[in-house]
Amino acid sequence: MSSKKWLYEIKPVDGALRFNFKEIYAYRDLLFLFVKRDIVTVYKQTILGPLWFLIQPLLTSVIFTLVFNGFGAIETPGNIHPFLFNLAGITIWNYFKECLTGTSDTFKKNQNVFGKVYFPRVIMPMSVTVSNLLKLGIQLFIFIIFYIYFYLQDAAGQPTVFLVLLPVLIMIMGLLGLGLGMTISSLTTKYRDLNVLVGFGVQLLMYVSAVPYSLSEIRNSDNEWVQAAIPFIEYNPLTQVIEGFRSMALHTGTFDGLMFMYALVISTVVFLIGLIIFNKTEKNFIDTV
Amino acid sequence: MSHSEDIILKVEHISKQYRLGVVGTGTISHDLNRWWHRIRGKEDPYLKIGATNDRSTTSESSYVWALNDINFEVQRGEVLGIIGKNGAGKSTLLKILSRVTGPTTGSIKTCGRIASLLEVGTGFHPELTGRENIYLNGAILGMTKKEISEKIDEIIEFSGCQRYVDTPVKRYSSGMTVRLAFAVAAHLEPDILIVDEVLAVGDAEFQKKAIGKMQDISSGQGRTVLFVSHNMAAVKNLCKTGIVLENGEITFKGSSLDAVAFYLNESSKASGSSLDTIKDRRGNGAVRFQSIELWNSKEVAVKEVLIGEQVKFRFVLDYNESKIRLSECCIGVVINSLNGTKVADFYSDEMGIIFSDDKKHIDLTIDNLPLRGGNYKITVVIQSLTIGGLIYDRIGDAMFFNVFTADVYKSGKMLRATNVSLIEGRFS
Repeated sequence: MSSKKWLYEIKPVDGALRFNFKEIYAYRDLLFLFVKRDIVTVYKQTILGPLWFLIQPLLTSVIFTLVFNGFGAIETPGNIHPFLFNLAGITIWNYFKECLTGTSDTFKKNQNVFGKVYFPRVIMPMSVTVSNLLKLGIQLFIFIIFYIYFYLQDAAGQPTVFLVLLPVLIMIMGLLGLGLGMTISSLTTKYRDLNVLVGFGVQLLMYVSAVPYSLSEIRNSDNEWVQAAIPFIEYNPLTQVIEGFRSMALHTGTFDGLMFMYALVISTVVFLIGLIIFNKTEKNFIDTV
Repeated sequence: MSHSEDIILKVEHISKQYRLGVVGTGTISHDLNRWWHRIRGKEDPYLKIGATNDRSTTSESSYVWALNDINFEVQRGEVLGIIGKNGAGKSTLLKILSRVTGPTTGSIKTCGRIASLLEVGTGFHPELTGRENIYLNGAILGMTKKEISEKIDEIIEFSGCQRYVDTPVKRYSSGMTVRLAFAVAAHLEPDILIVDEVLAVGDAEFQKKAIGKMQDISSGQGRTVLFVSHNMAAVKNLCKTGIVLENGEITFKGSSLDAVAFYLNESSKASGSSLDTIKDRRGNGAVRFQSIELWNSKEVAVKEVLIGEQVKFRFVLDYNESKIRLSECCIGVVINSLNGTKVADFYSDEMGIIFSDDKKHIDLTIDNLPLRGGNYKITVVIQSLTIGGLIYDRIGDAMFFNVFTADVYKSGKMLRATNVSLIEGRFS
């Protein structure tokens, strides 16, 4: 009798480090169907449809160029057009932002489904990350079009060989967004306080992630406040990714291999912490959400 | 093959504790305390407390045990009915079985895939078409895309929504949505299927189809089914075995027929023997029902009577003769089937009956009881004929009783136990 093979066992919350990768693989079709649902339904009954994916980063870049480079007189390095400079930063930043905001309310948003059927919960945030990847693809495409335009105007740098690292860079952004998102969604099942923070927290984070300015620009600043903020900005893994992308694609700033490794390690750690907390929360969250 | 090898699901010492009240700043002190105990390697201080889960009593403790030490085993191919009153812990048990929430203590071992029909239609997206939703819903329930593609025509046909299958689900009527959802779920091929009250939805034709499908699943395909319902007839028809849950504990395990009988007996004991404990009671109390009994043709108080038998309900009254004149009172009796459908009612005023003022009890006699086999309950009311219908006492679900079916037409065939009234008629 004791030798009987059970398929699985339902027990109270135990080891948080138990992952059933086989099960997640078995539900891979669900992952793709969720991705399809996300893509198809967002812009149903809109006239512009998927064009909205493009309008948002383009308008943000215009505003940034106006505010930071026009009113604020921030210089972009070399001959690079400020609009292209901003578009590069925003395109990559957006992926992180969408992953974070899209996954940070996983439990709350899906409590109806989660309250009725079981499937590996992590499929949900994973699907958000993947569908955002498709949006990123579209946005990178429009970036390339603008890049070619500005390149012909001689207002863009040449891409460097480091561009082959672009997938790693995107992965870092995905891991960071997903890791933080899973952590926040888990922590907010019982106490909602953090949810309030997400909206403007992401906004604030953008300004210390070197999106509308370059790292070399602020290093030269003699403003006390800026000097004090530099360590925070420099050791923010997001800064390294944004800077990294601009150095790959536009050849501006230096590509810092060590800091890039640092960003990769941090993002992996953040992702693992998120996964552990998420895994621990998923079993009983329905009682407290 | 030894008997134990057939066990597909084993539930051992499952308990589930819930915290009552709202989650707020008060909760965090408990969480901190719990955490403080855990890092010192001590037991959770809140696990020891908590009363059994009786809805109607109030308790000091803010923790309750929704389930308490549940043990049972299910054999492969068994259809198990789980019955109990509202709040007995049925849904909590199913939620744990379907892994929606975890148990507080205990374990469940299974060697089959479990899929649940806990309120069908989960994950339907209103913007997606019927076809797209079949894929999405099927995948949520654990099917692969390939499995769904193989069955999609069958699913669409079973749902009867062929015309609408490429229309967004938001344009569907609620009945159509349910049909589509049930169709997907019915074509799942899990080893263990959990069904909760799905039969309460849809029209009669679809219910019949659903029950038929359930029977196919359980008998034809040898699937194991856990079935939760308030419909005693469905439990009796579909299930072989049954368990009765009460206040989070198993009070009976056995065949489904015995389980239903036990449950009905328990609920009538709880309500029938003492009318004082019934919550659904109103009126000013100037006249009160003291007790209600059902007598069979042999004048014995019973809970079970036979179809076509002469029966008598006896209502014993308690009132102050100097204040109330019974001749100015009217009594009403309503017979409902267990699921709440009204099957008959009787009013003394329409019959022109005037009770004598000194009467201590009133009898209602029914010759040739025209009720088909099934479970029934009665609601009684006594009210004033003079003071604008002032209600003295009204008791909802005052008594439960059971009607056994018989060969009424002497045709050699027992009447179907369909739980409705029997109106005389002749075919020719």
